[in-house]
Amino acid sequence: MSHEILITQLLYGGAGLLFFLLGVWSFISHEPLWRKLIALNIMGAGVFHVLVAVAYRGLDAPPDPVPHALVLTGIVVAVSATALALAFGRRLDREDSERTPEVQGVDDREDGTHV
Amino acid sequence: MNPLLLGFDILLSTTLLGLALAALTSREPRRGVILFIAFGLLLALVWARLRAPDLALAEAAIGAGLAGALMLSAARRAARRRQ
Amino acid sequence: MKASRLQTVLIPLLLSAIGAVLFWAFWSGVTGHEGERLAALALARVPESGASNPVTSVLLNFRAYDTLMELAVLLAALLGIWSLGPAAAPYQPAALLLNSLVSWVVPMLIIAGGYLLWIGGQAPGGAFQAGALLGAAGVTLALSGRPNAGLPDESWLRVLAALGTLVFVLIGLTLMFLGLGFLTYPPALAKALILTIETGATLSIGATLAAAFLGGQPRATRTAEP
Repeated sequence: MSHEILITQLLYGGAGLLFFLLGVWSFISHEPLWRKLIALNIMGAGVFHVLVAVAYRGLDAPPDPVPHALVLTGIVVAVSATALALAFGRRLDREDSERTPEVQGVDDREDGTHV
Repeated sequence: MNPLLLGFDILLSTTLLGLALAALTSREPRRGVILFIAFGLLLALVWARLRAPDLALAEAAIGAGLAGALMLSAARRAARRRQ
Repeated sequence: MKASRLQTVLIPLLLSAIGAVLFWAFWSGVTGHEGERLAALALARVPESGASNPVTSVLLNFRAYDTLMELAVLLAALLGIWSLGPAAAPYQPAALLLNSLVSWVVPMLIIAGGYLLWIGGQAPGGAFQAGALLGAAGVTLALSGRPNAGLPDESWLRVLAALGTLVFVLIGLTLMFLGLGFLTYPPALAKALILTIETGATLSIGATLAAAFLGGQPRATRTAEP
């Protein structure tokens, strides 16, 4: 494997590792659900980035298709996990607003610009 | 080693890193989510450069588009709750 | 107070330790010895897989189990979302300008989805990208005020969401009864089988993503669009 390909792999793979670590940091130190979701998605993006970097074989050689297939399924699973987490969040908000009636504006009926 | 290509790689990586940091440290929900969408789109560009056009398509449509739309609605609820 | 100060020291410390280990693993993975890689094996077998795009042939032939499980995960996520409560209230119906834009964009998205599905055998594209475009069409419809995002009513939506997994499993089982083994395509039929599975998967992924955006069990048809 040539020098040039190795440098590209290390550069982008290192960036992917940094995304992952930044995501972990944000995930454990920030409280709100939307911040945790952005952190989780950036963690995932970091993992995908490392896999794509590993699959790279230079500009004139075909890349390794196996990590690409893994990443493709990973992207879809990540977005479905995000949607599930949001559904959980909405349910939790609803439970909270039912228990403490003085909290206003978190009622699910108000989601969407309801007329 | 092509210095132009290396410069382009470094530019892309630092921009991505900056966008990720900005998205993760933003306190305002809508701003954070929009930065995340920008991060996803740039990530798709980087994957196209790394010869993964299949993934670039999927990331632009799913990772940036659909996840962004999902999280924008969550961000709006969060913003409404903070008021 | 004391705990939070401990956190500000401890978290970066632990993270840099994890980062060092991960980077070491990555370094030794990239610079490690040149053994036989899966890439060479996969690329050599692409011509007989029924799809000339290497990613599609890995996704739907060599590692078809992965893709089947991934469709099952998508279905499970949708079931989870539906079991957590009703969908959020619909968005405000769009005004004239947005409505006419949507009536242009949505058919375009559907055509582009069909194109990506078909071209996926030879060029970048395939079931996931096509499904994503169909899902995006559903999200566009939901954002412009259609309460059910253009999806059919619940009984058909269930069929649509399960279609990808169902077609996949049925083809796998049929091949197994023919004595070929689960999801081992005969080379002559590989292209047709892959396209069939991909079509089912595309419809399923599109419907699931759009339904996931609605965020809950579909409302009864009486609240559907007027």
